[in-house]
Amino acid sequence: MKPQSCVNINKEWDIVGARQLGRDIAKKIGFGTVDQARIATAISELARNIYLYADHGQICFEIIDNMEHKGICMVAIDVGPGIEDIGQVMEDGYSTSGGLGAGLPGVKRLMDEFDLQSEVEKGTRVKAIKWVR
Amino acid sequence: MDDILKLDAETYKELMKRYMETRDEQSLYEVEQASKSFIQNNILPDEIVNMHIQALEELYPSLSEDIQYSMNFLLEAMIAYGIAHQEYQTLREKQSELKSEISVAASMQETLLGTTKPDIEGIDIGIISVPAHQMNGDYHHFIKGRDGSLGIAMADVIGKGIPAALCMSMIKYSMDSYPEDVMSPKAILNSLNRVVERNVDPSMFITMFYAQYLPSEHKLRYASAGHEPGYYYNAANDTFEEIETKGLVLGVTPDTAYPEYEMDINKDDMVIMLTDGVTECRDGDRFIESEEVLEVIRYYAHLPAQEMVNQVFKHFERLQEFELRDDFTLLIIRREV
Repeated sequence: MKPQSCVNINKEWDIVGARQLGRDIAKKIGFGTVDQARIATAISELARNIYLYADHGQICFEIIDNMEHKGICMVAIDVGPGIEDIGQVMEDGYSTSGGLGAGLPGVKRLMDEFDLQSEVEKGTRVKAIKWVR
Repeated sequence: MDDILKLDAETYKELMKRYMETRDEQSLYEVEQASKSFIQNNILPDEIVNMHIQALEELYPSLSEDIQYSMNFLLEAMIAYGIAHQEYQTLREKQSELKSEISVAASMQETLLGTTKPDIEGIDIGIISVPAHQMNGDYHHFIKGRDGSLGIAMADVIGKGIPAALCMSMIKYSMDSYPEDVMSPKAILNSLNRVVERNVDPSMFITMFYAQYLPSEHKLRYASAGHEPGYYYNAANDTFEEIETKGLVLGVTPDTAYPEYEMDINKDDMVIMLTDGVTECRDGDRFIESEEVLEVIRYYAHLPAQEMVNQVFKHFERLQEFELRDDFTLLIIRREV
């Protein structure tokens, strides 16, 4: 495992910073243009969720490089209000999406692996991985 | 998936190349077909833009950087469309699952609530009941007594769709459990009122009209629990009269009393029972008047009862542009001899 690089999300502008860092890492590992764009979009969604619902938090990136494959792993952490009904926010057409396909189900689609842990009043941790094809 | 993408990218490039050389309609037609196959194979808009970028790079290696960057910009702009499209796909699948589940429920309801129009000499019966959505919140039931009498129940749950349909099953099974000697309209409504009061959510109301026809005496006994009033057609005077009744909707209080009425039915007279889906048909934004229903019935009165109700339904279905807003149930009995 390579060392982590993290971006603090405090204001809307930080979303752009997180995208930039994520895209640079993705490019370096060898992702194509389409996947770079998808990774950036997933970062936007995670960072916006922090900015909108948790006030502040962090997005950390890690390069995964083992015998089998290479990829990017990102973890979004906040100590915000947490998610009461995870099933509901993961449901298509619910919440912030409003037909835009955005929100956490969107992140799940954009990435290859997705994991979500949340506790009410403690915070949320979303982990997502994309592998180089 | 990757293989399909590669193949499609190759096809796209070849088509584009040919088009650039010939500018022919044939290539445009073929790309239209290719575009359809992209949709079938779930190829997202950003991937199509990417195909275009790759084709450009291969066909025009010396293309200016500005154009290449602008194409990457376009690709970024298409990402959100791609996710929205995927969400839309999933929702569509879910919708068709739900639809098929509901249609199973609807056919089960039909079996549960099924009733057969009885053949009784001297009277002609016509009945039509069409749900606005898949499940019917209207209910009608025929009960042929051993004494030759005919019991007819017509009910409407306020509200429609699945909750209404579930409620109706309960009504039917309560009625099935009554012994034949309590089949008077008054007794049936009294007893159903208690069942509904005990078992149904207070926000749900059920109205019912119960009639018992005695062919030997040519009499109709009836009682109503707040149901849409029916009509009596007096053949001798060629007039329609509203059948007036008193009685609260089912389930409001446990001790509601339902007065029973009786009328003589002469030859060619008709009794019309309906639900508010008939009287509250809409013509554009306007609710129709109940006189209009009667006019239409009069217009088709020369037909056998079943033909008559079918034609009346067709009339109002067309008037509402084939989109019912409420369940529609209409029953007509005519004394023939």
